[in-house]
Amino acid sequence: MRIGDAKQTYEADEAIWTSSTQKFWFGLLLLILLLFPFMADSYLLYLGCLVGIAVISTTGLNILTGFTGLISLGQAGFMGVGAYTVAWLSLNTGLPFPVTLLLAGLVAAAVGILVGLPSLRVKGLYLAIATLAASVFLHFIFAEWESVTGGMGGLSLEPAHLFGLTFQSDFRMYFIIVPLAVLMVFAARNVLRTRVGRAFIAIRDRDISAEILGINLLRYKLMSFALSSFYAGVAGGLFAYFYRVVTPESFPLSMSIFYLAAVIVGGMGNLLGGILGAAFMTLVPEALKLLTAALTPFYPNAPVFMSPMLEIIFGALIVGFLIFEPHGLAEIWHRIRRFFRLWPFRN
Amino acid sequence: MDWLFFGEISLAGLAMGGLYALIALGFVMIYKATRVINFAIGEIMMFAAYLFLAFAGGMELSAWIALPLAVIGGSILGGVIEKTMIRPMLGESPISVVMVTIGIASILVGLVEFIWTADPQLLPNFLPREPVFIGPLYLAPKIAYGFLIGSALLIIYLLYFRFSRGGVALRATASDQAAAYSMGINVRRVFNLAWVFGSLAASLAGVLVAATGGLSPQFGIIGLSVLVVVIVGGLDSILGALVAGVFIGWLETVAGAYLGGEYRMPATFVVLAVILVIRPYGLFGTHEIERV
Repeated sequence: MRIGDAKQTYEADEAIWTSSTQKFWFGLLLLILLLFPFMADSYLLYLGCLVGIAVISTTGLNILTGFTGLISLGQAGFMGVGAYTVAWLSLNTGLPFPVTLLLAGLVAAAVGILVGLPSLRVKGLYLAIATLAASVFLHFIFAEWESVTGGMGGLSLEPAHLFGLTFQSDFRMYFIIVPLAVLMVFAARNVLRTRVGRAFIAIRDRDISAEILGINLLRYKLMSFALSSFYAGVAGGLFAYFYRVVTPESFPLSMSIFYLAAVIVGGMGNLLGGILGAAFMTLVPEALKLLTAALTPFYPNAPVFMSPMLEIIFGALIVGFLIFEPHGLAEIWHRIRRFFRLWPFRN
Repeated sequence: MDWLFFGEISLAGLAMGGLYALIALGFVMIYKATRVINFAIGEIMMFAAYLFLAFAGGMELSAWIALPLAVIGGSILGGVIEKTMIRPMLGESPISVVMVTIGIASILVGLVEFIWTADPQLLPNFLPREPVFIGPLYLAPKIAYGFLIGSALLIIYLLYFRFSRGGVALRATASDQAAAYSMGINVRRVFNLAWVFGSLAASLAGVLVAATGGLSPQFGIIGLSVLVVVIVGGLDSILGALVAGVFIGWLETVAGAYLGGEYRMPATFVVLAVILVIRPYGLFGTHEIERV
């Protein structure tokens, strides 16, 4: 709790901007994000794009799992829906990217609503398994509906374009992905402080009590599914434009688990946590690659052990965070901030 | 329609289903006692199968020594997992506990790749090779003998549950933890035992399945089929695990034979989806009533 920060109205409590310091740091962050591509080399730029896509998808999953308490193992499937929508639209209609991305989100949201329908009847782990079933079906459709999805070979698409401008390089893609990520995180922040967001949180805390309070469970649960898969769809669409090839194997079950892990490692029910988690989980494999490259001169076998090490680290991160830091990276971040705010006192 | 072919496929499917039933039994045991959904069960099976490979192939022990050793190794693994990673999660939300087991699965896959590389392996053959005929129907010997060994353990388990002190303690803990505590049952030990015995069943099934189908770090995918089995049967029902195990094993094999391998998973997941909509607690599971 910050000293001298008593809130006297609900508006003040719900406000996004509580201090000018906060605005200053946020402005600085935006500036850094804007200048980053001009200073970074191609590898960093590539990482920046990957993190941006991961942030969008993780934020979506965070709305569903972290804020509404509905666990989903279908995030990769929804991303696949978005990616295939973008690929199909760009191959068959040549629409510019803002339209295709929007449609990708909407189609994914529609599929999300369909998948969320059982959520009134089944909850908790049963729901997780229902979404798992959905992702199995989606994978099956991606692989078998050849006239639309291109079967196992998948689809390759043209670069994103708008007003005759094509977005071929990572440099240009960065200027689509990162502003969109900022915008969508901001939108999520805004939704979560409205009536809808509070309904989500009430459902998470105790769905029966929420229903007694007059919250229409089916409506808000479906809304959460729709919102979450909209984010996944947009992220999937960006994924399609970024790699420019979409195959059924681009969206395996392990990817759904990756996003769940990002939400957990970052901190469930915390948007900042989702961002930190997405960045962290995307960068860990890259850090391991760098480490392997550094070790190879001394241990020629190092590259062989990289992929198993990655699996072990991935699992250990999930288990370790859940046991020792259940509130995730966001909590660590808050602790660091608290330390500086209270310095030189300890608590 | 070729009835002979259908009969043979069905027979193979039913035998496979017997092994599913055994794995599902291990799964249900863990769930009943500790309320943990174990997503790592496929990986525990895989680990035991790799242990068998190391004992029988690497150290060239007789298969009949290697098999018990591998199964014991698998059950020790289960016990260690419970003690070190599941116990600290006691009282946390089910979502967190499930995620822990998913993390464990990933760690096990990594360990296996680390020790035995990611290449697919074949287990040394230890089951008799003469073809088995049931009436006019041919059954692959590996599947038939695997089924026999699996059902033997299954029957031992069922008798153990019913009649032994440990079995009674386990059932008591499952039905009411607080009451079990106050009757002097060491609930923590029951938790640990459930993981040990559950992993034991999974380990034996793991070696038997790997003996017929080969072994690779992707072997744990079978855990998804088991998940379907336990949801269809009811998470806390042993009878459900048996019935659904046999049924799902049969359905998977028949769908694979008639529609093609890519239909195996969707076919069983259709059943899963239907069950989730009609009877979310499974065919034989207990319908929990929630109160505020």
